[in-house]
Order: sequence, then structure tokens, then C-alpha cells
Amino acid sequence: MANISQTNEAVSTNLMARALREAFYAGLVALGLFVLFVGLKTDQNILNELILVQRWGLLAIFVAIAVVGRFLTVAYIRPWFEARKAAKAAAPAVEREAGFVTRNFTLLAVLALIVYPPVMVGLFGFQGSLKWVDNFGIQILIYVMLAWGLNIVVGLAGLLDLGYVAFYAVGAYSYALLSSYFGLSFWLLLPMAGILAAAWGTVLGFPVLRLKGDYLAIVTLAFGEIIRLVLINWTEVTKGTFGISGIAKASVFGIWSFDVSAANNFAKVFGLPMSSAYYKIFLFYLALALCMLAAFVTIRLRRMPIGRAWEALREDEIACRSLGINTVTTKLTAFATGAMFGGIAGSFFAVRQGFVSPESFVFLESAIILAIVVLGGMGSLVGIAVAATVMIGGTELLREMNFLKQIFGPDFTPELYRMLIFGLAMIVVMVWKPRGFVGSREPTAFLRERKSVSGSFTKEGHG
Amino acid sequence: MALETDTMTKDPILKVDHLSMRFGGLMAINDLSFEAYRGDITALIGPNGAGKTTVFNCITGFYKPTMGMITMRQKAGKEYLLERMSDYEVNRDAKVARTFQNIRLFSGLTVLENLLVAQHNKLMLASGYTILGLLGFPTYKAAVGESIERAKYWLDKANLTDRADDPAGDLPYGAQRRLEIARAMCTGPEFLCLDEPAAGLNPRESLALNELLRSIRKDTDTSILLIEHDMSVVMEISDHVVVLEYGQKISDGNPEFVKHDPKVIAAYLGVEDVEVEEVIEQIEEIAPGDTH
Repeated sequence: MANISQTNEAVSTNLMARALREAFYAGLVALGLFVLFVGLKTDQNILNELILVQRWGLLAIFVAIAVVGRFLTVAYIRPWFEARKAAKAAAPAVEREAGFVTRNFTLLAVLALIVYPPVMVGLFGFQGSLKWVDNFGIQILIYVMLAWGLNIVVGLAGLLDLGYVAFYAVGAYSYALLSSYFGLSFWLLLPMAGILAAAWGTVLGFPVLRLKGDYLAIVTLAFGEIIRLVLINWTEVTKGTFGISGIAKASVFGIWSFDVSAANNFAKVFGLPMSSAYYKIFLFYLALALCMLAAFVTIRLRRMPIGRAWEALREDEIACRSLGINTVTTKLTAFATGAMFGGIAGSFFAVRQGFVSPESFVFLESAIILAIVVLGGMGSLVGIAVAATVMIGGTELLREMNFLKQIFGPDFTPELYRMLIFGLAMIVVMVWKPRGFVGSREPTAFLRERKSVSGSFTKEGHG
Repeated sequence: MALETDTMTKDPILKVDHLSMRFGGLMAINDLSFEAYRGDITALIGPNGAGKTTVFNCITGFYKPTMGMITMRQKAGKEYLLERMSDYEVNRDAKVARTFQNIRLFSGLTVLENLLVAQHNKLMLASGYTILGLLGFPTYKAAVGESIERAKYWLDKANLTDRADDPAGDLPYGAQRRLEIARAMCTGPEFLCLDEPAAGLNPRESLALNELLRSIRKDTDTSILLIEHDMSVVMEISDHVVVLEYGQKISDGNPEFVKHDPKVIAAYLGVEDVEVEEVIEQIEEIAPGDTH
């Protein structure tokens, strides 16, 4: 026993000595490197003469960081990592029984979403809940639906589409234009926007689907820009950059309206105090219902021959053709279905905003939706929903971080760091989980037991 | 055995007539004609670069031949001109299935899913082009059950039932080869083209493959055309051998005949000095044809 503790002591003094030695060398290297970069600086004085400014204090800080950093790395951080690795290797590989939350994640998430608006109203009152139901709830749900639509094209069929926002725009403008020019109702225009977007998806698909990989991505990107430029320049119809405002609100199946002046106004009928919160809560549940429908359709489609053909297409297109699958129509249906989801999300966006302009449909939107799909794990509905919540909710949350002003001074605006944090989060997730939050895929059929397929076997597709 | 083959010879399932394929200045196949007979295993052999895979790609619609005609005659008597059809129609309508030299499985799908994708067209029809299936019509459910039964049958034949729920990419090499054949068979072909099915297999896997091919011939009325380098496989299981060299047919007959054909021996083993002049003459006969 004594012997062992002695050797342990010997090892630790040895380690300390090594750490000190390495720290000293690191300090020397840092000094050598930074003495001219940091220690001395050329500058101009008032007379425009070049003078040498000496900054020994700053240099000392740099060297100190190197010395302390090296010492800590060698003496503590590395041994800690090694010990953890050894402990992991020593522990028997026991498959942990998935907890209650993991097993019923989807059900719990849906329940949480259903009780979300009442809880927010309870916490913040009708007026205070607006922000939480609208900015967080509805916005995230719109992105979830968009990402699920793009998931069909990119995640299942493996076709890289960088212009997805075009279908979102088609849906939004279909609703905005048809309701302002012809006064058609939301419930008619919702499916119509989906169908119109799907038609545009097919139109785009025909010439584009001969292309593969990078070429396909570039052409879809161009298509997205074309739609946006048409919206800007076709001023007689779309009013250009001014956008279309005063878009009609949705009604509860035409029974109750949310127009303040209407006789069948929801609040008037039920004798409630006037508030715009009812409309937002109604839209929240509507968005939730649309998302559920989209999820249901996607899950069903994956078990249909067409869904399997999409995934097979992602894995190997030539093999698909050798099995008698018409890859052109298969790709077109993937494009059209994805576009339809985008179109429905777009018309919902228009009805929520009450205003659409081309500025909402820039390339950045396509990139964000694609980022959500990739971060969530291509093909996984749950992963994508989580990614949308984290990404969109997270950036919205930054607006709320006013306490940061007390730390960084009153000029600090956290919203401006949104994109920086967005990018950082993506890098972290991709390092930590290269296949996204949910990297494995669920098989669509099984003989004995459903085993999920590890992400290392699935391909990303190349066209 | 010999008698059986002789009666079969009267019924060609695939007829290749004057097939030529040119890639720029290279004549990969030069005026090739041969027939494959119903119920036979026909082997297409030849040295490396003889144009065997090009013939395959022409038959299965992946290449459009420069010249020539490829006729597929189905059991019901319907004829298809394969050189006019696109690759997926060759499988869907003409019922010609193929495998690839470098295995092309859907590695991220499970073994069972691979076999279900192969039954795409049948299931597509049963699901009313997705619409009825999406609405949950029972006809689709019944069709899926049927397809799974068919997949089970071929899993059993290929000895893959234990691995049915594993990703195809996780299978060992030999099993992947067998799965690719099972997948091609799930499309319900009348004519099956196998591109080097025994390449890279160890002797035991090779034996399992031979067994699978024999049972295909015995239990289904699918005829087989295979490219193979492994002579033990060719001589053991094929009924009819076609030998290619430099895109031309140099021999055609039963394995015993081909094995002793001096031209084949020359192609595979090289020729003796005495015959060099003869070979040069032959080459000169071919060369002017190339420049036309």
C-alpha cells in the first residue's frame, strides 16, 4: 500500500517537473515569437515621425498566457482526459435503458406544444404572451414545416436545393395576391398555395434534374434569385419592394372572424375583452396542426414505394435505374412534394405577417432552412424539429438578453451577434455530431426487429 | 443434360445482331452477334478489355450502341428491341435485370428494404401511385405483405434471412454479392445479367454463389447471362459460352468445345511464334474496318 502511494507520488512530482519544464520552454518560444510582434510597435507621432512604442507589459501578458496554459495542459488537462478515457474503456459496455423522456420524446413534445399557449397566457397575461406565442411559437413552427419540406428533397432524395425559399415565396405571394385581388378565403388558398408551389417545383424540376451535385445546387440557387427578382421588378402585380400589405386574416373556418370591425368577431361573440392574442393563439394551433399533418404525410410517404425510391435514389441512382425505377419522375415528385410543404408554410407566413415583401425571401433564408435540416440530421423529423427550435428560438432569445448590456456597456446589442452565434453553434454541433442531432435512420420495414441504421452507412446523395 | 440443352437451343431469349459500340476512336465492340437461349446459363468470357461489360451496358440500356440490334423475346412471345429503350424501361418492360461489377447496393437501407425497392413498380401500382396508399387503402397493405413474402423467399435462397434487418452496407462482401442478385431477382426478370458475380469471393462464398445461380435456373424460368473471369465457375455452371477478344466474338459453343478451341487458348495464353504471322493478318483484316 505504502509502496503504491510512493510510486504515485513519484509519478506526480515527475509530472509537475515536466509541466514546469514544458511551461518554461513554451514561455521562451512565446517570448521569441512575440517580442517583435507585440513587444515593439512602430507608430507615428504628432510630427508624422516614425517612432518605436515599447509594450513590455502586453508582451508579459502574452508570455504569461503561454506559460500558464502550457503548465495547465500538461499537468492537469491531459491527465484528466486520459483518466476519463481509461475509465471509459475499463467500464463494461452496458447498453443503458433509454429513459422515459427519451422513449416518449415525440409524445411529450406534442403535449408540451399543446399546453404552451395557455401556460404563456397564465405566466405573462394576454398581452405579455403575444411575444412568446408569436415570435417563438409560430415562427419556430413555420421553420419546422419549411425544414420538413426541404428534408424530403435534401434528406430523403439527396438533391441539394439551395433555392428552397423560392417555393416559400410562391406560397406567400399566392396567398397575398389571390386574397387581395380576388378576395378568396384562407381555407381555399392554403391548399391552392401548396398546389401552385408544387407546380413551380415541377416546372423548375424538368430542366434542372438532368444536373447533379454542385451544378444542381447552383441552378436551384439561381432559381431562388430569379423568383425574388421577379417579385421585386414586376411592380404592377407585386408592388415591388413595397410589398403587399393588409393581407386578409384567417378566420375560424369562416364562423368567427378576427377582424376588429366584423360582426362575428371572436372576442365580441364570446364577450371577451379585445386583444390580438386570440388570433395569435389560433394561428399557433393552426401551425401546429399543419406541422402534424406534414409529419404524418412524411412518415406515411416514407413507407410508400415512392418514399423508398427517394431514399434509394440518395443511395445509388444507377442501381435505381437498373431496378426499373424512373428516376426522373421520382426526383420530380420529391421536388414537388417538398415545394408543396414550402408553399403551405409560405401562405401561412403571409397570413401571420399580414404583409409580404421580397426581403423576406433572400438567399439567407434558404441557407438557414438548409442548416436546420443538416443540423437536425438529414431525414430525421424529430432531429430537424429540435434543430429548428434551437436555431430559431436561440436567435430570438438573443433579443431578450438585455442584461448583457450591463456587462458590456449600453452600446452592446446582442441581436447583432445572432449570426456569429448561429455559425459557432453550427460548428460545435458538426464537430460534436457530424451527422446532426439524430444521425441514424429508422428503417421503413422490418422482418424481426426494428434496428436503426447507423449514419455511417447512409449516403448524402450527389444529385 | 446435353439433350436438354439441345432442345433449348431452338428458343433464343436474347439475340444480339451486329452490335457495334464506338467510344470516339475506340471500337469497344465490333460487329458482335450471338444468342442466349431460354433456360440456359450463358457465360460471356474474354481477356481484360475485351468489351464484355460494354456488351452488358448495351443490353441493359445504359449505353446506346453505335450500330446493331438487340432483341429480347419474352416467354409470352412479345419482343422488345432493347437498343431503343432507356435503362429503366429495359428492366420494367422487357424484364431484363442486371447486377454490377462494383457492387451497387443501397448501403444505408436495410437488406429487406433493398429487396422492397426492387419491387417498386408493382408496389407503385398497388398504392395507386401513392395516393391510395397514403389514404390507407387495404389493397396496398396486401401488396406490401406479398412483396415481403417474395423478399423472404429470396432472402432464404441467398441465405440472408438472419441479416434481413441490418443495413446492406454492413454485410460481408460475399453476402453483398448474393444480395445484389436477390435484389435483381425481386424485380421478376426473365433474363438476368450478372457482371462478374464471383469477383473477389473466397472459395466458400464462390460455392454459395454457384448454388444460388443453379437454384435460380432450376426453380425459376429466368435465363442467365454472366460475365466471369473465374473459369471454375464458368465451366461448372454454364451451358453455353461466348468468348470475346478485342470486341469480337472468337468462339461460341458449349464449355467443352470452347475450352479446346485453339483461338480461345491463343487469346488467353498468347500464341506461339509460328502463328504470329497469322495473327498479324487477322489484325490487318480488322484494322481497315476501324478507319471507316
